[in-house]
Amino acid sequence: MSELALAAYAAETGAHLVRPPRDGRWRAFSRNFDGGRFLAGLSERGLRWIGRGEPAFPPLLAAIHDPPPGLFLRGGGDAEVLLRAAVAIVGARSCSPYGSQVARTCARELAAAGLVVISGLARGIDGEAHRGALDAGGVTVAVLGCGIDRDYPASHRELAARICERGLIVSEYAPDVEPAPWRFPARNRIVAGLARATVVVEARERSGALITADFALEEGREVFAVPGEITSALSAGTNALLGLAASPYTSAQDVLDALGLEAPRRPVLELGAEAELVLGRLRQFAAGADELQRSTGLDAGALAAALTELELAGAAVQEGGLFRASG
Amino acid sequence: MLARTVTHALVGLDARRVEVEAHLQGAVPGFAIVGLADRACQEAKERVRSGIISAELEWPGGRKRITVNLAPAALRKEGSGFDLPIALAVLAASHQIPIPRLEEHASVGELALDGRIRPVGGVLVAAEGARRAGLDRMLCAAETAPEAALAGIDPVPVRHLADAVAYLRGELELPAVVAPNGHSPVSGPDLADVRGQERARRALELAAAGGHNLLLAGPPGTGKTMLARRLPGILPPLTDEETLEVTRIHSVAGLLPRDRPLVTVRPFRHPHHSASMAALVGGGVSGLRLGEATLAHRGVLFLDELVEFARPALEALRQPLEDGLVSVARVEGRAVFPARFQLVGTMNMCPCGARGDPAAECSCSPQRLASFRDKLSRALLDRFDLVVAVPRARAAELAGHPGEASALVQQRVVAARSRLGNACRLERTHEASALLDRAVERLPLSGRGRARVARVARTIAALADADGVATEHMAEALAYRAPRELSGA
Repeated sequence: MSELALAAYAAETGAHLVRPPRDGRWRAFSRNFDGGRFLAGLSERGLRWIGRGEPAFPPLLAAIHDPPPGLFLRGGGDAEVLLRAAVAIVGARSCSPYGSQVARTCARELAAAGLVVISGLARGIDGEAHRGALDAGGVTVAVLGCGIDRDYPASHRELAARICERGLIVSEYAPDVEPAPWRFPARNRIVAGLARATVVVEARERSGALITADFALEEGREVFAVPGEITSALSAGTNALLGLAASPYTSAQDVLDALGLEAPRRPVLELGAEAELVLGRLRQFAAGADELQRSTGLDAGALAAALTELELAGAAVQEGGLFRASG
Repeated sequence: MLARTVTHALVGLDARRVEVEAHLQGAVPGFAIVGLADRACQEAKERVRSGIISAELEWPGGRKRITVNLAPAALRKEGSGFDLPIALAVLAASHQIPIPRLEEHASVGELALDGRIRPVGGVLVAAEGARRAGLDRMLCAAETAPEAALAGIDPVPVRHLADAVAYLRGELELPAVVAPNGHSPVSGPDLADVRGQERARRALELAAAGGHNLLLAGPPGTGKTMLARRLPGILPPLTDEETLEVTRIHSVAGLLPRDRPLVTVRPFRHPHHSASMAALVGGGVSGLRLGEATLAHRGVLFLDELVEFARPALEALRQPLEDGLVSVARVEGRAVFPARFQLVGTMNMCPCGARGDPAAECSCSPQRLASFRDKLSRALLDRFDLVVAVPRARAAELAGHPGEASALVQQRVVAARSRLGNACRLERTHEASALLDRAVERLPLSGRGRARVARVARTIAALADADGVATEHMAEALAYRAPRELSGA
């Protein structure tokens, strides 16, 4: 129960604590702390708590250098979700269309293979990762850098609600703790700690996602980085990571191989001849409709029909007028 | 002594008969105009006086009191078109022209101080009013005579007040004026000038064939404006009735070019994004101003940089888009103007404009993107049947073949329109309906969005001269829905 007291004390003092401090104030607090009442208050709000010492506490997270005293949980998922094989997908908040699509596809495929997708509920890559997992009907876990009862950022409230349907939102911070810049790097150690592998999709040179990757590397976990254009600032961080210790991420298979998992059989797409032709071009490079028209020789109407067919089949996506093959 | 003549006041796009009565009596000399005349109309006094003196006619106001009444007295009279009828009534009242002869004529025109007659707006409408009032001759400025002839009356083209007096005295014959005919089309910009942009061209053709509103989204400098300007040129030519309708509007707005008084080309209106709500839909504080929506009637209203327009101004366009007319609340009641136009909008895909440009990197924060999207209301976005992303073309494409000429495209458009008119044909196949259902499940499509896709699919089938709406037509129609970035889904 002292772990719960520690978490409550941290919330009250606004500090970040992983082990009990040695001062009188803490001793007085822990003496007077009523754990039962605190837990009752939590369950009234639909929240749960797993202490570091409990068997339900994920062993991978317990193994890191400074594990949190425990985790607060929210959502419909069972705590057992945290014990399953998981992969973290993280990256820049202001990402490119390329990044958001890779994050979504990656999450979709890894979730379809049965992995739990972990991310930070932030805008950009994080949000796309959660959405991708949900697309595949998979389970996803969001780790917050603020009190467990907050949806941060507020624009992701709806996404948070969807995650809660079958997955979990977790935080080491008790209810009512305000988000603060320094809490997010601390949150990243939990993201990395929960996952067996971390995929960094897009990161600038000094991105928070690189902190997550550092934690993962320190703990000896697999780290993947998505290669990007060398001229793009959004890929500077990931490309640098590739030069250090990360493996390149080129498909979901890379992650599955590293974790020794089987990929699910991909359903064969039934596409018309024209759609196949267009998909063949898109697998080479992303292109606008006019460019595709010239390279395939289709007329504008037939091409538009083929592209719709690919979009409906989930084989291509459009962003900013450019079409890309997906999956 | 009392004399009367008839002229017409503009009320919106309608002419109301106004009797101009002039009365001379031997009292204290003076000149008064009564009958709710606005300021421009009150100032007629000075112009009429100078005009009569300059025409070397006798000004009776030196010895007598002149009272001019504009009846009905309760109708507000605006503008300078009353100068000529007032001058003629005064001259008739002072026996300088025969009263019975004057009563056979309507008149409209502004006087210059030297007695010349200047053109005013709305002459076509005034002439139509004269015809309805049973008058078949109307005195007007020579420049506006062809316009008046369109109404089917005999205009009397006068250049100077002295001419008008001489004519009414029977001392001068004036040449007959023939109505201009519309069969000398002016060529607008041609689609052949557009290289590449096949998808946008296709969308433009569909927009023309089905009368759909079109939104072009893409980075700056990709030819969105160039494409939009070419839409009027591929729309079916105006019918005779439409020609007169459009000419009437442009006549009232004073926009008719003097050398070509008949509007034969569909209007293309291009208001700046700082336009106010009154400028877009009409109305305003002083006078009944026609809005851009009405000026674009039977043509194209082009809103460049759609998101830069004030939100209330854009929202005000929803009524004309729905009903094809604008109703403006006025002190005297509501005025209703026709406003059946096709809307073409352009916008960037993000505030910095780099999205859709392979050579640039978008630097917009997610918050800026979200607020950019919010500016374009869902309701307005729903009014665009066709949304096309126009990404930047690579240099190689620009060197490509010139595109098809407008005339060829117009032929196909005209054929498709006549097929669409036969509503009994073009049944939707089972497979096409199934595809639409599947798309509604998988894509963010609202109920209105669904109806829109179905409508576009019909146009595509008509353009292809197909027997019904097949799967490929539906699939193509789905490609022109609002992309995820804009709809925010």
